[in-house]
Amino acid sequence: MNVSSVKGSMSISSSTSTWKAGDTISDQFPAGLRVLVVDDDPTCLMILEKMLIACLYKVTKCNRAETALSKLRENKNGYDIVLSDVHMPDMDGFKLLEHIGLEMDLPVIMMSADDGKQVVMKGVTHGACDYLIKPVRIEALKNIWQHVVRKRKNEWKEFEQSGSVEEGDRQPKQSDDADYSSSANEGNWKGSKKRKDEEEETDERDDTSTLKKPRVVWSVELHQQFVAAVNQLGIDKAVPKKILELMNVPGLTRENVASHLQKYRLYLRRLSGVSQHQSNLSTIISAQDPTFGSLSSLSGLDLQTLAATGQLPAQSLARLQAAGLGRATAISGIPITLVDQRNIFSFENPKLRFGEGQQQHMTNKQQVNLLHGIPSTMEPKQLVSLRHAAQSIGNMNMQVPPHGAQSSQNNPLLMQMGQQQQQQQQQQQSRGQILVDSTINHAPRLSSSMGQPILSNGIATNVSSRNGIPENIRAPGYSQTPSMLNFPMNHASELPGNSFALGSTPGVSILTSKGAFQEDVNSEIKGSGGLMPSYDVFNDLNQHKPQSWELQNVGMAFDTSQHSNSLQGNLDLTQSALGQQGFSSGQMNGHNRSAAVASKAMFSTGDVKELGSAQNVNQHLNNLLVDNTIRVKSERVCDTSPANIFPDHFGQDDLMSALLKQQESVASSENEFDFDGYSMNNIPV
Amino acid sequence: MESKHVHEQIAAMRQSFFNEEVLNENFSQLEQLEGKDNPNFVEEVFTMYLRDSIAFLETIEEAMKTIPIDSIKMDSILHQLKGSSASVGANKVLKEVNKTRQVLGKGNLERTKASILELRKEYDSFKAKLEPYFQLKQANSVAQEK
Repeated sequence: MNVSSVKGSMSISSSTSTWKAGDTISDQFPAGLRVLVVDDDPTCLMILEKMLIACLYKVTKCNRAETALSKLRENKNGYDIVLSDVHMPDMDGFKLLEHIGLEMDLPVIMMSADDGKQVVMKGVTHGACDYLIKPVRIEALKNIWQHVVRKRKNEWKEFEQSGSVEEGDRQPKQSDDADYSSSANEGNWKGSKKRKDEEEETDERDDTSTLKKPRVVWSVELHQQFVAAVNQLGIDKAVPKKILELMNVPGLTRENVASHLQKYRLYLRRLSGVSQHQSNLSTIISAQDPTFGSLSSLSGLDLQTLAATGQLPAQSLARLQAAGLGRATAISGIPITLVDQRNIFSFENPKLRFGEGQQQHMTNKQQVNLLHGIPSTMEPKQLVSLRHAAQSIGNMNMQVPPHGAQSSQNNPLLMQMGQQQQQQQQQQQSRGQILVDSTINHAPRLSSSMGQPILSNGIATNVSSRNGIPENIRAPGYSQTPSMLNFPMNHASELPGNSFALGSTPGVSILTSKGAFQEDVNSEIKGSGGLMPSYDVFNDLNQHKPQSWELQNVGMAFDTSQHSNSLQGNLDLTQSALGQQGFSSGQMNGHNRSAAVASKAMFSTGDVKELGSAQNVNQHLNNLLVDNTIRVKSERVCDTSPANIFPDHFGQDDLMSALLKQQESVASSENEFDFDGYSMNNIPV
Repeated sequence: MESKHVHEQIAAMRQSFFNEEVLNENFSQLEQLEGKDNPNFVEEVFTMYLRDSIAFLETIEEAMKTIPIDSIKMDSILHQLKGSSASVGANKVLKEVNKTRQVLGKGNLERTKASILELRKEYDSFKAKLEPYFQLKQANSVAQEK
């Protein structure tokens, strides 16, 4: 049976792969449901596997979250549902949940022996479909298929609803549409909608699945256009119709925009909440002496938290801690970990693509969490690596963090560096190193805007971002950036899809980006000449393209950030601090605020440039997204409270917004840590 | 006849576990998962459980020796132990784990130590009871195959 088709509809590819009417799956369903179960306890894992097999599901088991994520990334449409334990050593179950939500948009069920209300609530807020208390009974497992069906159904409904509402508006556009929102779909939707009401979910699913709902792929460019349009209108005034007009994309329907907007809004909201939390943390950290020593302490703290949150891979954590404490080995260790982090980050990037369609947008929380999660992990590491990098390079890279949301990570390092040399951004070499280390800089662009969703950039090439960022380390994306760095690794698998055409090696990508990035980048790239060498360090790590993105991004961001550098001085520090904490998002907001204002102007310019180049380079998904986000954010930052800065941008946006938010919050209220979903402080060790 | 006798013996042992609440209904669930293609499933699970939980207990006992005790780490281990004990149906062990967590949460060092001793005792007793049970089962099934 093609259980795989269940996910099919969610993917960008044609929905035909999904359940088709008359498909034999419906008869056999839920048998054959592809379940991925993650639990670090082998006894429980064994029992669960047995139970799931008894339910006639197709089971894949993992005892580590990282393994599970890579499996999911390798085979995006290979699973229908994920069962995950909450407490795992390498990554917090909630972090994993966020990742999955952002990147794959699969239903996730959490499990735990803990039945405390808080934990269950956390599961809900993070977007879990269900929460099972251990010991899990087989009866509970027999019904998990309902979540798969429900999700698919909601996807369709969303589509339909947006379609039916827009019917009038869309009519004129439909003639233009070739791929999206064809009137046929509309008719189908309506039909299916009615049918849904009457029929069972399963049937509905089959029926709706037959509709070839064209899935709008929210590519980076598209999303950037979207964000640009939204910014132009103002988040409050942005109505789908106007956005659509501004975007002027043939084939895009009002419904597409409407649903995307909805997600974007949720995303922003989530980011603001999370970023606040992060900013609070950042504040705390920044308060500390940015010297390495303090960093270490922070790092330890952050690391734990991060580790707890799951973002920080266990090994990274170990490394970071080692680095923080002993500095000695940190750097070497970190790059690797960073890479991991990058990978994590990469997840986010794919998410941004919206390739999965609106569904990707899962929940704000998920996105937000994801973002936050990432930064946090990154930060500790980043800190360490940054430190080293900074110290070794002795400069500016501190500023780099600001480049993107990566700030969190970069921040620590950046801070230190920034303090020393905010002016020295040009020290590409150091930058490069920092970038390398902190991978954070994925979002070079971000830094300019305030640390915006560095994530998107971050993924690309942390290294590159460094170069560009040095100036603006403002590190909005601080916490995020660090994570971004990590992403590359994870992303590796995903990135390929992300159209990041960057070379396989970071170095290569950097070069590539150079070409791609006209104007800004070119200059940046040159500047980053120094980086290249450092980037090589990551080469091993950055096998994934994502890394290259970052570089590119960095380049781009760099230009824009140039302006902000001056402004960013303070921010950078804060950001670095933030980075250290890992909750850069929170801090960033505060910082971002001030930075935002400053960078806003600058960033806008930069954005434009980047946008132009980015658009030329489709591959720079992250960058673009980041840029836009940043732009949006910077604008928002000034105008709105951090909380609403980020619309529901998928993954990347979240990152960006988180970053921005961080900036803002830093400026506004250092301790606005609104970490609802993420209780970084209470991560069980 | 011999096998029947053993069979009865096994059944009696099993029943006594339930009566004494050494095992709870989750154990039955596991038994239901056993089938022709995996006749020793329950035993495998228990072997795994016993092996992992002894490691947990030892870690906990070690952690108790350090000053100050790393209660977060301990709680994390206890949490894991709770999950696996619950999943296999080790009722009494589970109860002791919960008690220990509670006491640990309150910060009472002495009582925590005492509770851990109790937990260890319960675990050892559990192991002592279940192992012969499985051995008997195994011997019986082998005999029956013959």
